[in-house]
Amino acid sequence: MNLPIEPGAVYLDQLSCVFKSAGKSVQAVDGVTLDILPGEFFTLLGPSGSGKTTCLRMIGGFVLPTSGTVNLGGRDVTHLPPYERAVNTVFQDYALFPHMSILENVAYALRIRGVEKKVRERKAHELLDVVRLPQVAGRKPNELSGGQRQRIALARALISEPKVLLLDEPLGALDLKLREQMQVELKNLQRQLGITFIFVTHDQHEALSMSDRIGVFNLGRLEQVATPEVLYNKPKTRFVADFVGTANLISGEQAIHITGTALAMLRPEQIRVGAQEDAKVTGTLRSVQYFGSFVRLRVAQLGQTEWIVDQPLTADRVPEVGQTIHLHWSLGAVHGIMAGALA
Amino acid sequence: MSSLALTSVRLAQPNRSWANQLSYLLYARKGLLLGVLLVPPLLWFGVIYLGSLLSLLANSFFRLDDFTGQVVREVGFTNFIEIFAPANLDVIIRSTTMAIAVTMACVVIGFPLAYYMARHARGSQKAILYLAVMLPLWSSYLVRLYAWKLLLAKEGAIAWVAQQLHLQWLLDALLQTPVIGGNSLSFSPMGTFIVFVYMWLPFVILPIQAAIERIPGSYIEASSDLGATPWQTFRQVIWPLAIPGVAAGTIFSFSLTFGDYIIPQVIGNSTLYIGQVVYRQQGVAGNIPFAAAFSLVPILIIAVYLWLAKRKGAFDAL
Repeated sequence: MNLPIEPGAVYLDQLSCVFKSAGKSVQAVDGVTLDILPGEFFTLLGPSGSGKTTCLRMIGGFVLPTSGTVNLGGRDVTHLPPYERAVNTVFQDYALFPHMSILENVAYALRIRGVEKKVRERKAHELLDVVRLPQVAGRKPNELSGGQRQRIALARALISEPKVLLLDEPLGALDLKLREQMQVELKNLQRQLGITFIFVTHDQHEALSMSDRIGVFNLGRLEQVATPEVLYNKPKTRFVADFVGTANLISGEQAIHITGTALAMLRPEQIRVGAQEDAKVTGTLRSVQYFGSFVRLRVAQLGQTEWIVDQPLTADRVPEVGQTIHLHWSLGAVHGIMAGALA
Repeated sequence: MSSLALTSVRLAQPNRSWANQLSYLLYARKGLLLGVLLVPPLLWFGVIYLGSLLSLLANSFFRLDDFTGQVVREVGFTNFIEIFAPANLDVIIRSTTMAIAVTMACVVIGFPLAYYMARHARGSQKAILYLAVMLPLWSSYLVRLYAWKLLLAKEGAIAWVAQQLHLQWLLDALLQTPVIGGNSLSFSPMGTFIVFVYMWLPFVILPIQAAIERIPGSYIEASSDLGATPWQTFRQVIWPLAIPGVAAGTIFSFSLTFGDYIIPQVIGNSTLYIGQVVYRQQGVAGNIPFAAAFSLVPILIIAVYLWLAKRKGAFDAL
């Protein structure tokens, strides 16, 4: 394998990390090989404890891998401390220094490198303009709101012009409205700067809406690396199908019949409620959830698990709980999950 | 939908007893509760604590009649003038030098341990370290003092160890140092210094440890991430945020050294410290006014110290 040599490239080779605590050892990351391209918005997605944050921390240098290598822009940095790596991090709790003003916080990386006061402050002001908070330079971190602190953390991490930016669930502490706004801003910023973003989140909506590619983590392993579209429409494993979006999983004979695999997936929006004739499934409606633009129906089939069906809200009457429902779908909408894949 | 059949449980009904009435009253009037809880400690601090300080201040303006041995209740400044007599000035300078040296040593020795306790020690290791720091406080101050007398004596444990290691020459050289040396460790200012440092170390370690424990690990990681070497991170992030704890700890060691009159009496070369002068003046000499005036000296020095610390920005991180 040719190692990438462009500055913004990140290459992880068979990266593993075992934590030992209280006599027990936990395999946090297990043999992750990943090739992140320069200028890519790459998301590490997974539930808590899946190893995504540990993986990010190994790239940043805060955790040393038990085995494997971390390669940044063609340079093996596996055993280098964080201050010798050309990456910067936006921390989950922002980690702004409370005893320094916002300007001092943003200029910190330059002061550490001995940049003259006038030069570093001018640059810090520029960065405050980039994150659209020029007015807060003289304040202390505890005088800012969560969203503002988040932007300052971003400005501080960007001041030394890293080729790779690591973001550890940076939007986790924000409320929904602000989070959605920051998602758009982050994505735009990444496009403007043209640098690599490695973004950690457990929120699949966030991952799908922002990323160029996503790596899905489960139990310390990478389940699948793909673009959002591929991940959503053609998940490789049962875990990915279930974790990314909502999925109806079909197993056994029925699945083999349709797709030739032991397991198949059908997204809720691919199912239609229709007439009794030619119905794929007939069941009883157990619940109706209102989502504004659509309703989510849960239909129980005798002796089977529930079917989740998303119906667009049209002039049609919403069916009532307890009613018998007939479900239809086209065979092409069913995606087979490879038998060899982790079930 | 079928209805659920749950077991019903009878809950006690609220009763109208006077205890409940009282608790309702205190719940409804939060100010009353606060008052009830705060009055006793405020009385204690206001009357007994501040009152005794004020009476000390008042006493310092009186004087002792040399012939009758009676306190003359006339306001004057004779005591304050007497403080500047060469012998007294000597005591003040010696005490201050000792307090500064002891405080600095306590910080230098205590900080790494406090840092380790706060950031690295986990589980039982942490408990053991706490115990090790606190354990000496469980036994009597006098017992520990006389134990040190034995350790530091000419024929004591430290001299014996030095001899076994063929380091007798080093100990002798140390003892021959002018000013801090002496006949043996237990009869030298060096010995006084060692025991002071030992006695006040827990009071310095604990506040520093508490301050360091409050620094989130992500600050240190962020500093390192932004290119700071461990030393730069210490200077720029850890130290400024630990300073309130260091200030609290050093106030302890500083004022405890000033106030102590037993350690320099048992260990040292019989030169006087502020505490001893105050003790002798109010005890043997019965000169309460002068003792009061002299005991204001440490208060003044600590006030100056705090003012300097504040001006240096020690409490900005609070």
